[in-house]
Formats: sequence, structure tokens, C-alpha cells
Amino acid sequence: MEGLYAFCVGLLTACGIFLALRGRSFSVVIGLTLLSYAVNLFLFASGRLKLNAAAVLGQSEQYSDPLPQALVLTAIVIGFAMTAFAVILAMRARADLGNDHVDGTIPTQPNPTARKSGGSQ
Amino acid sequence: MQHLSIFPILIPLLFGALMLLPPISRDINSQRVTSIIGTLFLLISSAVLLYKINTDGVQLYALGGWQAPFGIALVADKVSSLLVLLTAFLSFCVMLYAVAGQDRGGAYFHPLFMFQIMGINGAFLTGDIFNLFVFFEVLLIASYALLIHAGGKQKTQAALHYVILNLVGSSLFLFGLGILYGTLGTLNMADMAIKVGELQGETATLAKTGALLLLVVFGLKAAMLPMHFWLPKTYASASAPVAALFAIMTKVGIYSIFRVYTVIFGEHAGELANIATPWLWPLALLTIAIGSIGVFASPSLKILSANLVIVSSGSLLACAAINSAAATSAALYYMVHSTLASAGLFLLADVMARQRGKAEDRFVRSRPFVQPRLLGFAFAISALALIGMPPLSGFVGKIMILQATQSTAQTMWVWPLILIGSLAALITFSRAGTTLFWRHNGTVANEAIPAKTTEIISIALLLLASPILVLFGGDISEFTQQAADYLHDIQSSAYDLLPGVTQ
Repeated sequence: MEGLYAFCVGLLTACGIFLALRGRSFSVVIGLTLLSYAVNLFLFASGRLKLNAAAVLGQSEQYSDPLPQALVLTAIVIGFAMTAFAVILAMRARADLGNDHVDGTIPTQPNPTARKSGGSQ
Repeated sequence: MQHLSIFPILIPLLFGALMLLPPISRDINSQRVTSIIGTLFLLISSAVLLYKINTDGVQLYALGGWQAPFGIALVADKVSSLLVLLTAFLSFCVMLYAVAGQDRGGAYFHPLFMFQIMGINGAFLTGDIFNLFVFFEVLLIASYALLIHAGGKQKTQAALHYVILNLVGSSLFLFGLGILYGTLGTLNMADMAIKVGELQGETATLAKTGALLLLVVFGLKAAMLPMHFWLPKTYASASAPVAALFAIMTKVGIYSIFRVYTVIFGEHAGELANIATPWLWPLALLTIAIGSIGVFASPSLKILSANLVIVSSGSLLACAAINSAAATSAALYYMVHSTLASAGLFLLADVMARQRGKAEDRFVRSRPFVQPRLLGFAFAISALALIGMPPLSGFVGKIMILQATQSTAQTMWVWPLILIGSLAALITFSRAGTTLFWRHNGTVANEAIPAKTTEIISIALLLLASPILVLFGGDISEFTQQAADYLHDIQSSAYDLLPGVTQ
């Protein structure tokens, strides 16, 4: 279970960082969302992974740490608000700057082959 | 009064919420009056808090009556109450400036301003590291919205970079907190400081990863190299009152570095003792160097002030790297000075820009000023303070930092860089002053707006702080020394905050 969980968090983080480094604001917003998912799962795991363990005392033989769940809840709420803001800002930037590149200008490509292979697009 | 230490958070929260409701939300004038009253209340309560702390000692405020380390505690000690008073004074002055007309650029300026102050004060006062994250987010989300206040292409562009960077920073902050909670099992800073000494082997390595992730986040807030690229553009494009309030934002990062790497990962952290120092040394010195290069290359007064903020951040980080009580004391003094002086320069740059027609604040030949004597005098004072020339507070602050170096190697690195930083500022300010005040053609621009009385009062208050910091230099440096001793003494800054735990 731990291995699978760690793999999922790692994959989400890797995809999140890759997308956040892209040049277009849409992929950046998606990247930030994936990163915040990864963070939420990671925080949840910081109280150790347990099966059949309730967060309330006396409900099960083992009990799990309730604090990470409270932290995740806070992180989800904050992450949600921030993502909403980032989306609105990206739309505003698209309207104000005339394109959806994070720098406000689309960098000029040196030659057509670089454009085909993706580059900073 | 026992609730005094939560007032700096509650007052801006209540006033901010009040201004969102009708009838105040409908009328800009009543919002202005409410804001001034709110910041004045904040100033008074912070001053009373500082006085109380100075006479009675540290105040521990357990929110909801839950005792630390189980509940969230607010810790009002000499360090945090000094910075809360600094924030209150800064926000009062900046608000005086904003009510003269700069707040008209967009809706909700006043409530957002209040929420930002609430976040800053909360970050200074909290004793819980997750709560620190929450207050960071409060101040950030207010700052995102304030940054695009009054709108414009440049602001949107700068805000997009700033928001994305800080969202990544928030994720890293949470990763770091998750690792630290997983290894230490607590989020109360005093409790963490006590437990971190027991970590060994692999767990210690894991905790070190978390701690250094936090350094990245605080470094991003404090504009530490290589995370400083956002700062000049962001500060230069923000409207004047917002940029002036942002002068305290880098200091929140610096404060967190002092709090986390002096108290938690300080001398007593066992295997993890002083883990940030080897990273802080090169980064602090390089930050000063890159800031000085930026100062030389500045094309306009606002970008110059932003680059000076980077230089001052570098100097403060160097103090954190020296890691002694004397250096922390110097850093606290310098923090107060540089916040007020750079906020004053941001406001002054705006007043100047409005009187020069299309040249704005760029260092080019332009039409003459409407109020050349007043502006020239203010410019000279703020330049002297920021360069660090006697008799103003920059000089005293820099001397304190230079004196705090402990070994020959430290002296060899810190002295030249700080002095070269001052030289860069001196050269650029002389060039800037010559161009701004003496190279004119034509007559006064038609669209020139002379500074209003409240704006002049606001800038005067910020600039007067500099000579006052020198006049009462003895008392203030004694106070910062006590605050620094408190921070470096694990008995007072950790064990005394947890009832029932002894060393």
C-alpha cells in the first residue's frame, strides 16, 4: 500500500511540476492543481497509513492521527481558493495581454522545426 | 489585558469585514474614515502590546483555551511585537497616503488592505508552524488582489508571475510541513524545537529535507537568490501604496527564517543544528551582489527602490547566516529602518512620477517639478537613509551588522559586500538625483498633480522615522538586543512556552 501510495504522489508531483514549467497559462494552472492534489495526499500520509483505523477514539481497535486530516481539509480549502484565483487571473491576462503565454508575449521561434517539436509552446 | 496579543489580528479582520458590508461598502469616503480609524486603533493596540511585553515579558495566548502544544498558540514576544508595531505604523502611514486618492483605482482596496495587514500580523504572532502557513496564505491572497489594484497590462503580467510562483511556494511549504509533522509529530514551534534534538539517522535526514524545503519557501518570500527575479517587476508595477505595504512582505520571509532556523533548527537541534547556515552564507552574499548590480542598472526610481529591497534582504540574510545574538539584534534594527525607508521611497517615487508628465519616474530629462524644494528635501533624506550615510538610521543599522561579524573570514566576506552595496546605492542615487532635479527643459507639465497634504504628511512620517531611530538608537538597540537574546536562548523561546515541560 505504501509503495503504491508513494508512487501516486510522486507521479502527481512530477506531472504537476512538468506542467507548471510550461509556457501557457492553462497548462500552468493544471500543473498547479495537480501539485496541490499531490500535496494533499502527501499531508494525509504524514500521519502514517493505516487500515481499519478510525480517527475517533474507541471506534476501532487501532486509531489514526486526526490532525493530518484537519490539515488536509485546510489545505484543500486554501488550494481551491488559490486555483480559482489563478484561473480568473489567467483569463484576465489573456484579455489584457492578447495571448495566453505566462510572459505576456509569445517568444519568437528561431526556425519552423523548433515549432513543430513543441519547444516552449 | 490578557486578550491584547490577539488584537493586531482581530482589529484588521473586523474592520475589513465591516467595510465589505453596506452602508460603508457603498461610499468611498466612509471607507476611508473607517480605514484610518482601524489602522489608528491597530497602531495604539500594538504600541500598548509592545509596552506590556517590555514590562511583563512574553504573552502566550492559547486560542480557544486549548493549551500548547495541542492547540494553536499566539506568542507575543519582543521580536514579534516589535514587528507588529512596525506593520501597524507602516500601514497607518500608507493608508494616510492612499486616502488622498490612490485608493480609487479599484473596488475593495480598503478591505483587502486590512486583510493583508491581518495576514502579516498573524504570521508575526503565531507560535504554530501550520498556522504560519495559513497566515501566509491570508496575506498572499490579499496581496494578489492588491497587486492588480488599478489595473493595467504591466500589473496583470507581473501579478501572473507572482501568483504562480507563490502557489508553487505554498505547495512546497505544505510538503515541508508534511515531512516535519511526519518526523516530529508536532506543529507547535516551541515543541518542535524541543523534539528536534532527539532525531537521529534516517529520520533526521528526512526532517532536514523538510526544513530545507521551508528555507526555499521563506527564501522565495524574502527574495533570496535565485528566487528574487519576481521582485523588481512586481514592486515596480504595483500602485504606490501597495508597493509601500509590500516593503514589509520580504521581512515576513526574513522573520520566518529567523524564527525557524534560530529557535527550531538552532544550536540545540542535535544532528540538525544550524542546518540553514551553510546555505544562507553564499545565497545571502550573492543576493547582496545581484541586488547591487540591479541598483546600478535601474532605469527608474521605482525599480531602484525594488532593487534596494533586494540588497536589504541580502544584508538581513547575512545576519541570519552569522547566527549570533548580536547579528539578530542588528537585523531587527535594520529591518525596522529598511522597511520604513523603502516604503517612503516608493511613495515619493509615485509623487515624483505624477509631476513629470510622460517621463514618469524614469531617469531621463523631463519637465521641472511643481514642488522641487519639498521633493528634493524628501529625496535627499530617503537617499541618505537608504545609502546608509550618517547621521541617519541606515548608517547605524549597517554599522551594527558590520560589528556583528565574528571571525576574520566572516568580516572578509560581509564587509566588502555591504559597503559595495552602499557605494552602488550612493552612485545611483547621485545620478538619479542629478537627472531628476537638475536636468529639465520646458515648463511645468500641464497634467502635473502637486502632492496633497495627507500624502506629504504620510511621506514625512515615514522619513522622520529614520532620524528618530537614530535619536533613540540606544534604547532601540538595547531592546533589539534583548529580543535577540530571547530568540537565541532555547530556555526562554521554547521551554518556557510549554507549561509542564522542563529541560
